[in-house]
Amino acid sequence: MLKYFRPDKLEDALVALSEYPLTLLAGGTDFYPARVGKPITEKVLDLTGIQGLRSIQQTDEGFSLGALTTWTDIIQAELPSAFDGLKKAAKTIGGIQTQNAGTLCGNICNASPAADSVPNLMALDAKVELKSMQGIRTLSLEEFILGNRKTAKKQDELVSNIFVPHPGKNAFGNFEKLGIRAYLVISIVMVGVVAELNEQDEILNLKVAVGACSPVAQRLRLLEKECVGQRLKSIEIHPKHLELLDPIDDVRASANYRNAVVPELLKRAITGVV
Amino acid sequence: MITAEKITVSFILNDTPQTLSVNPLRRFSDVLREDLCLTGTKVGCDAGDCGACTILIDGKQHNACLTAIGQVGGRKVRTVEGLSKNGELTPLQQAFLDEGAAQCGICTPGMLMAAQSLLYKTSNPSEQQVLDALGGVLCRCTGYTKIVQAVLKAGQDQSSPPVPKSGNAVGTRMVKVDGRKKITGEEIFGADQAPDDSLWLRAIRSPHPRAKFTYDDPEKVLQKYPGLVKVLTADDVPGNNGFGIYPHIKDQPVLAKNHVRFRGEAVLALVGDQVSVDCVSEEDLGLSWEPLEAIRGLDGALAGNLEPVQAQFPDNTLSRGYVKKSDVEKGFSESYAVAEGIWTTSAIEHGYIEPEAGYACKVGKNLEIFVCTQTPFMDQEEVAQVLGIEPKQIRIIPSAVGGGFGGKLDISLQPLVAVAAWILDRPVRCIYTRPESLASTTKRHPVRMNAKAGCTREGKLTAFEYRGDFNTGAYASWGPTVADRVPIHCTGPYFVPNVLSQTRALFTNESPSGAFRGFGTPQAAIAHEALMDALAEKIGMDALEFRIKNALRKGDRTATGQLLENSVGQVECLESLKSRWIKWRKEAKEFNKKTANTKRGIGTGCVWYGCGNTSMSNPSTMCVGINAEGKVTLYNGAMDIGQGANTIMVQICADALGIPASQFDLVMGDTDLTADAGKTSASRQTFVSGKAAQLAGEHLRAQIIHHAEASEKATIHIEGEKLIAKDDSGEHVILLSDILPQISGDVLTGKGTFDPPTTHLDENRQGNPYATYGFGAHIAEVEVDTLLGTTKVLRLAAAHDVGKTINPTQVEGQIHGGIAQGLGLALMEEYIQKVSENLHDYLMPTVGDMPEIEVILIEDPEPLGPYGAKGIGEHALIPTAPAILGAIKHATGVSIHHVPATPDCVLATLQKAGKNG
Repeated sequence: MLKYFRPDKLEDALVALSEYPLTLLAGGTDFYPARVGKPITEKVLDLTGIQGLRSIQQTDEGFSLGALTTWTDIIQAELPSAFDGLKKAAKTIGGIQTQNAGTLCGNICNASPAADSVPNLMALDAKVELKSMQGIRTLSLEEFILGNRKTAKKQDELVSNIFVPHPGKNAFGNFEKLGIRAYLVISIVMVGVVAELNEQDEILNLKVAVGACSPVAQRLRLLEKECVGQRLKSIEIHPKHLELLDPIDDVRASANYRNAVVPELLKRAITGVV
Repeated sequence: MITAEKITVSFILNDTPQTLSVNPLRRFSDVLREDLCLTGTKVGCDAGDCGACTILIDGKQHNACLTAIGQVGGRKVRTVEGLSKNGELTPLQQAFLDEGAAQCGICTPGMLMAAQSLLYKTSNPSEQQVLDALGGVLCRCTGYTKIVQAVLKAGQDQSSPPVPKSGNAVGTRMVKVDGRKKITGEEIFGADQAPDDSLWLRAIRSPHPRAKFTYDDPEKVLQKYPGLVKVLTADDVPGNNGFGIYPHIKDQPVLAKNHVRFRGEAVLALVGDQVSVDCVSEEDLGLSWEPLEAIRGLDGALAGNLEPVQAQFPDNTLSRGYVKKSDVEKGFSESYAVAEGIWTTSAIEHGYIEPEAGYACKVGKNLEIFVCTQTPFMDQEEVAQVLGIEPKQIRIIPSAVGGGFGGKLDISLQPLVAVAAWILDRPVRCIYTRPESLASTTKRHPVRMNAKAGCTREGKLTAFEYRGDFNTGAYASWGPTVADRVPIHCTGPYFVPNVLSQTRALFTNESPSGAFRGFGTPQAAIAHEALMDALAEKIGMDALEFRIKNALRKGDRTATGQLLENSVGQVECLESLKSRWIKWRKEAKEFNKKTANTKRGIGTGCVWYGCGNTSMSNPSTMCVGINAEGKVTLYNGAMDIGQGANTIMVQICADALGIPASQFDLVMGDTDLTADAGKTSASRQTFVSGKAAQLAGEHLRAQIIHHAEASEKATIHIEGEKLIAKDDSGEHVILLSDILPQISGDVLTGKGTFDPPTTHLDENRQGNPYATYGFGAHIAEVEVDTLLGTTKVLRLAAAHDVGKTINPTQVEGQIHGGIAQGLGLALMEEYIQKVSENLHDYLMPTVGDMPEIEVILIEDPEPLGPYGAKGIGEHALIPTAPAILGAIKHATGVSIHHVPATPDCVLATLQKAGKNG
């Protein structure tokens, strides 16, 4: 049996996946840190040879971010202002080394509660396309990430791309991340937001998600609903908006702290949209 | 399509095509270092957390440790070795050398590559662009300041420091004598060299803080893994299976027998080929653990409900420290104002970017150990007693050291590779992984301290009382030193007529706490400086004025009753900061008027710290020689761990001898080739070994003068094998090749020894513990977000009395680096076993966390020191955290009593005081 497979065609990757379990490798920014001082014994499917997966494409329906799209690709791509939050997040990931290697798809597949892409992609209503020999499945990001380090990806599937439907014409994104140091920092709390405004700067629709305060980042749908028609600066955050959040104590901060700062971070993310 | 176990990978490496047959999943860093012998690319974590392995792939920066070699095919790769061409440094490298951007040099290749990727894009980057480019590389020595300066200066109006002329090296910005190889990747660190036929050693360590354990007969696993040569157990240690800093406390086993006392303790060691030692699992070894309830924290140590950590210390008390001067009760009763409080600190990791590494090799009846260390001669004695042989049978050959900060004063892998190589008669190497380094080596002591100070209505200090319990972990290490040094320094640099100070070092089942830049005084400074602020506030005096009023001056007596006669620059340090203090406070006040939830404040912290060992002989000896060809060599036993001892010693010795420093060759630290210059700790090398270097230079000069029959004032030149002494009566020539060489090969040699004068301390610990003290003060400006609890240090001014600045670039570098570590201590660093055993959960400051720093050097010469110099290494760190905490208090009105002052801690304190928002 083969230990390492680096195909240059997606079809070959899918065939291999259909045959036996494989660990997927792209940027390596999660793969190698999980194996410090340990021998690598599993069989690995390295996706980085598949040129077609590294692309950002605009279609009539929206934007398709290929599986090998790196943080740096996001930073450098010309994307509508709804993506500004995602771009801002990309610049806060690790150092530039990580941004050059790490992929968005790897970030969602790793499914860390502190994954910086997730609140932004949720606010962009992103969908995940899964491919296997059986065909294509499309899940919303919320359907895809099931829990801490747990996704709906089946053993024979790979995430071929993330799809972001066209945001509204006047939609703007923003991201706020709270960490303890300037670079190489994992979020204590983060907020991704996309707001679509009318000509009077009233909210047509708002999508907002909070990360690192629950096993999976959470959309705040009640808040989103109540904000329609308001101005960004007049939004008030109430405990009922945050009921889905369930932060824990960890090395970075206490649950109490997270609960205390979420409303403020939300306010900053939302008012900072424009 | 690639489908084999080993694959062929072709790529362009430093402009040259390269083809390898290799396991495609190996980390590229590993392949570069081990297969291609390009050891300039460093490995600090294997997890993308430190950036030391940063290389360029297609011109962009990547962590080589996160790149599978299988992914490199067809790409263009550049490593540090591929920067300079034909031996000519690039403008970036030249700027690193000129600015002193490399201290230990372990992060330097990563920094250079990260910076180079930016300079490919823009030749004139903004500071923000530089910060962003370097954000992924950690440095623990420099505080990043000179690195950023170097990148900004690269290729722009660059001018190198002039090469100092004869007799003029001291006081100049002479570039590091070992600087060039640190910026070309040629420097050899602990992991960069080993004999080709070396076996690898990997220690198996306890996952439990306290447990009993058993394992199967090693024969079983040896049969399963043919590449495995030996499983070392406690029974294999030929001499004493114990080590420790103090001659009478060799309490830490090389390999534990039956029972472990902390998570990370070594129980077995696998020796064999690299793949085999990596693959053996605990199951293979039949390791079986019986976890026991562990003693955690100071309260656990004092509770007495569990068996003591070590049976010979039934109350878990390793040692106590004490200082008593006059009568504190009387002092407090006569005080107008009294302030007191309780402060706690966390375990702190040294965070050198170079994990422990080295090898041992038997040579006849002797053993050579190549290793990163701060103290080769102590290593020699320690390993000798572990092997049960004479120290002279062991030669320690120190590698370049990729940072130490006290953490490489204890031995780590030395006894393991020594035992293995000794038994097997094969060279044996070992490189700690980052998690292993974090889990198994010492930490800064966590402390709980209760302190109280009083003053008169006029603001003169009357009394100071300090009680500190230090969590010393499972083994003694430097615990007694910390318990001893803290009481002496716990008042801070102030004259206090009545002092009572008591400390205890308490055992727990946690990481052994050892030596870390300041031996407990950085923790104690948090208490004494908070008390100074509190007293000043109580009597309505400015905090800086209060410190000036009480600062130690010449003629004062310290807490141990020592009369300070020379080199007491504390008042000058404070005075030099006064104009900034007033201006910054005014600016902060103006700023705060305009903002609701962002508050700025200015705080100050002071330091005094004795240079050298406490009331103990700690001599250094230096040797210098000239050989028949006219080559001058300084045999420097003072380990350079990045702080610059190599350069400082050459500067001093060159001026004493009277020849240009540029003519010196250097041998560092080798126990066969150099004399014992003590350990690189306690801020003693410039003061103690520097003095020895001066005496050695003078000694050699005197012999030259004598040989040449020249006058004392003669100038000396070396021209090939001719040594010319020139005085008023003309030229006196010595033909060096006519003189019979000594064993070292030198024909003329000089030797100098200096042992700083101290006295015994009496039962109240009164006496002269140190020959001299360094003094200093910092002021810091912070900005606190009162809704989130985040703190950003905006600027910091540091004034230090160093006696005499031997090399301003190096001294500034020490201060910048000390500030970075002090900032980490204050705001973010906390080592928690099991949880923070990597460098993304153990947070140290990055380039973006540093304030703008201004350094002010005060020179109140120390008559005993070389050209008046004294130490700076630890002094630089001590005042930073107190200054930051004082600034938070000034900004927000709340006092922080625990470090690190994380956003969580600060916000909770603000909430408690009703001051959030």
